[in-house]
Amino acid sequence: MSDHNHDHHGHDDHGHGHHGHDDHNHGSLKSYTIGFILSVILTAVPFWLVMGNVFANPATTAFTILGFAAVQIVVHMVYFLHMNAKVEGGWSMLAMMFTLILVVIVLSGSIWVMYHMNANMMPGMDAHQMRNMP
Amino acid sequence: MSDATLNPSSRYFVREHHPENGTLLGFWIYLMSDCLIFAVLFATYAVLGRNYAGGPTGAELFDLKLVALNTSMLLLSSITYGFAMLEAGRKRLGATMGWLIVTGLFGAAFISLELYEFVHLLHENAGPQRSAFLTSFWSLVATHGLHVSFGIVWLVTLLFQLKKHGLTHENMRRLTCLSMFWHFLDVVWIGVFTFVYLMGVLP
Repeated sequence: MSDHNHDHHGHDDHGHGHHGHDDHNHGSLKSYTIGFILSVILTAVPFWLVMGNVFANPATTAFTILGFAAVQIVVHMVYFLHMNAKVEGGWSMLAMMFTLILVVIVLSGSIWVMYHMNANMMPGMDAHQMRNMP
Repeated sequence: MSDATLNPSSRYFVREHHPENGTLLGFWIYLMSDCLIFAVLFATYAVLGRNYAGGPTGAELFDLKLVALNTSMLLLSSITYGFAMLEAGRKRLGATMGWLIVTGLFGAAFISLELYEFVHLLHENAGPQRSAFLTSFWSLVATHGLHVSFGIVWLVTLLFQLKKHGLTHENMRRLTCLSMFWHFLDVVWIGVFTFVYLMGVLP
């Protein structure tokens, strides 16, 4: 019986600890401000790169702004969504990782497969004709 | 005998504690499924985004200054929602509702600018039926816009609930869920303005 009591008390303690952690998780003025300043910079630079025609090569611009977007998404996840490996005992992170794997498969798979469909299945089509494809 | 029956039941009670926090995890999983919807729409745009069918291209249609303004509206609404959460943590009802109203106004400004852009596109004869590029564009951007619109409806509903019941435990949970939803939509918008608008105007 005493063992059971002890067990219950232990769990209760854990519950309170978790609650305290949750409250802490709403972030602070400092973390929101840091997140906001970082995202303003990470938004302004890609717009400047594209609107100011900074790079001569469009592919360089494309990869650079994709990199900025990836960094900004991480910034939003950390500073606004308060994402870390401890939220909900790690289950949120696990769900996100699983989703990210699916997203990568869907995106890269679609682009890869459809690019090769275009390249291999339509001989004799030059770039100008491709532009006018539906 | 009694000990044997007691132990499993006590474990059962311990498990009953979980649904308290289960809402937030469940809502996070809903957001992840929403993320997959957007992933499919992004993939569609990635495949079809350059098939103009002789119609207008992204470079001809997109007004980047408008998109920059739109992006700043959504970014500002994210930080003001953060301020609302901070005030809610301090149990200050009036300030929480004030920041929520500011957030809602920024959200409404975002939707208004987006609708203005959509009307402009329709006047240019660039509706969703014009080309594969425009179909995928409208599907992706309008789905995001619909999410923001429903977020605003949710926010107004929550304002009434806050006014009536105050910062109760349930309302804090609702506030946290909407906070996740709102910030998640901002994350999706990062993908939209980068992948659709900025990369769309590149040659």
